[in-house]
Amino acid sequence: MSNNLPAVSIEAVTSGLASAGYIASPQIATAVYLAERIEKPILVEGPAGVGKTELAKALAAWRGLKMIRMQCYEGLDEAKALYEWKYAKQLLYTQILKDKLGEVLGGAETLSAALDRLHDFGDVFFSKEFVEPRPLLQALEQAKGCVLLVDEIDKSDAEFESLLLEILSDYQISIPELGTIAAVVKPTVILTSNGERDLSDALKRRCLHLHIGFPEQKLEERIVESRVPGISQSLRGQIVGFINQVRALDLKKLPSVSETIDWARVLVLLQSSELDHETVKDTLNVLLKYEADIETTMPQVTSFVAKAGRQGVFG
Amino acid sequence: MRQELHRFFRAARGAGVRVSPAESIDAMRAVKDVGFSDRGILRDALLLTLAKSEDEKQALGNCFDLFFSQPDVKDETASEDAAESGGAHPSPGETQTGGASAPSPELGELTQMLMARDRNAIAAALANAANAASLSDIRYFTQRGIFSTRILEALGIARLRDDLDALTASNPSEAERLTAATEALRENVRDTVNQALLLYGREEAENLRHEILRNAPLARLERRQVEQMKVLIRAIARRLRERYSKPRKRQRRGHLDTRKTLRRNAAWGGVPFLTSWKRRHRDRPKIVALCDVSGSVAQVSDFFLLLIHSLHEVVDDVRSFAFSGHLIEVSDILDNKSPEEAMSEIMSKVGFGSSDYGGSFADFEKGFMASVTAKTTVIVLGDARTNNLDPRADILRRISERSKRLVWLNPEGRMAWGWGDSEMPRYAAFCSVVRQCATAKQLERAVSDIVAAYQ
Repeated sequence: MSNNLPAVSIEAVTSGLASAGYIASPQIATAVYLAERIEKPILVEGPAGVGKTELAKALAAWRGLKMIRMQCYEGLDEAKALYEWKYAKQLLYTQILKDKLGEVLGGAETLSAALDRLHDFGDVFFSKEFVEPRPLLQALEQAKGCVLLVDEIDKSDAEFESLLLEILSDYQISIPELGTIAAVVKPTVILTSNGERDLSDALKRRCLHLHIGFPEQKLEERIVESRVPGISQSLRGQIVGFINQVRALDLKKLPSVSETIDWARVLVLLQSSELDHETVKDTLNVLLKYEADIETTMPQVTSFVAKAGRQGVFG
Repeated sequence: MRQELHRFFRAARGAGVRVSPAESIDAMRAVKDVGFSDRGILRDALLLTLAKSEDEKQALGNCFDLFFSQPDVKDETASEDAAESGGAHPSPGETQTGGASAPSPELGELTQMLMARDRNAIAAALANAANAASLSDIRYFTQRGIFSTRILEALGIARLRDDLDALTASNPSEAERLTAATEALRENVRDTVNQALLLYGREEAENLRHEILRNAPLARLERRQVEQMKVLIRAIARRLRERYSKPRKRQRRGHLDTRKTLRRNAAWGGVPFLTSWKRRHRDRPKIVALCDVSGSVAQVSDFFLLLIHSLHEVVDDVRSFAFSGHLIEVSDILDNKSPEEAMSEIMSKVGFGSSDYGGSFADFEKGFMASVTAKTTVIVLGDARTNNLDPRADILRRISERSKRLVWLNPEGRMAWGWGDSEMPRYAAFCSVVRQCATAKQLERAVSDIVAAYQ
């Protein structure tokens, strides 16, 4: 399945992602298609667990490309994101090459003559061999191209954002000692953000902005179907129906797609064929991650289950 | 189609979506790629490239729907007027034949189109005429008339009038039909212009309204402006938060902190492996606000308190006091209640008396002087009109000595300071800054300066 040509149509993207187990909404497919055609990074925003990171994984799997992941956190800096000089190696080499250096400089009588000779050899110790590539540089060096995932960019500092700008707009990195390193094949870049803080306009400007919200009921059913094989259609409908009702509540953390999938797996493991309120009450902790949320939902469970059951019949 | 897109970008800017040239280029490229055939995909593509936040996506989506619904609207009205005049005439068959036979060489193009009820041709002609009149330049609602006239002229209304005169003489029934059709056409033009105003004029109108509002005196707002002003104040608060909430990175250079360095390196016998540097300590602002809520200044105090209490991210600690005849602390009321409730409660407790600055300062010194420390900025908002009571400037002096800064915001113009019962000059002697604060703009400046003093 590895083909590096951009997709021919939006449908091709949808089916391609589906083959990698990712059911994409039209917006997502359009975004991926456009990202490849006009060579722009995609900035994906949305609540946790709606499949932002999964999109990058699916894209890489479909394209048969390597995925390079760059997890952002506070205090992330150049040395961990771009490149680092291998100081130890440099030091070791100078020690080993000491004699050789002595030989080379042996004939020189004055200090300046020795310096001149040394200059003739160029910057041997600041060459590519001594650069330790970090994710961003690695992504540019992939001969076949790759999918670069910059995960949770909102967790990093504002300085790091500025660092990304060069790679995002020109697919290149400047290393002062070596010059500019451009991408062999332009990687497909996906940035994700949970909206913890507002990203700078400069960054946003360089990206396609994709917002993934909670999927529609039909789409979510298809997602569950592809992720949890062996689940009956009626149970699937009930699960999704139930979760959609929970999302209408005022909760601290709304259950997202990943929770739906986990829950579906749990129910399949428990071999329940129908959603009944006993099972729901026992497994609610899979769905909701805060005690307060569980307390809010508990009294509603019975009516939700009934409603979801009815939806399952008619839908 | 490129023209059409450019107009769309302009409309998008009007709708509050910031479209930079770079983004419009991206959008162009994207649209070239996906084409115009599928409206849903086109919408997605534009939303992806132009809108960069959830709100913007919403706004741009609405703008897209409005913009690309233009032809539909025209069709509708055209069919409506066709139905109307169809009703006036016995049967559509007859109008068809009438339309087919009527166009005689001496009639103008527009007349022929109207008589033939060629809806598509009329729509096309209307679009062309709108282009020729550069309708997308419309900015204010006062321009509606001139643009309508221009479009009608471009359509050839003059020739139409001549034809109408000629027909009235030769064929009165045809003339009647033409008159009706002309009326419908005028209506169409009016609709087109109104829609264009909605699309392109919004930005300008909003800007103008904001500009007026920013410079309007806070104390004399009309009732409907108060709501708008609250929105504006919230926007100001957001702007100030964005600017000042991020603590500046502390510098890691400068003077060596010898004591600290020695202490840190005690384990190595005082050999300084790790150095520490002296740092300038930056405090978050601590604010004590004393607001006059007597009649003349109440409205300004209201907005000021609303602003200062929506700066939680920027300001560490705000304590607010309201006074007219006497002084009470209002921080809790403001923090726990909605702005409207809070203000009415404050007013019921202290408001609308005649102000007694001296007495209120004495209340403050007695009860709350401890809240003023060397890190506090004290802000007094009031017109300093003491009603000829003892101004007690000596208390203000003591507050000034205890605090980091004492800022006086006066809603009255400088000219009025010192006139009548205004004790402003006497108070001013003890203030670090005295400034006029009558409009939203001045309020923003004043608060911005106060916060910036801590950066």
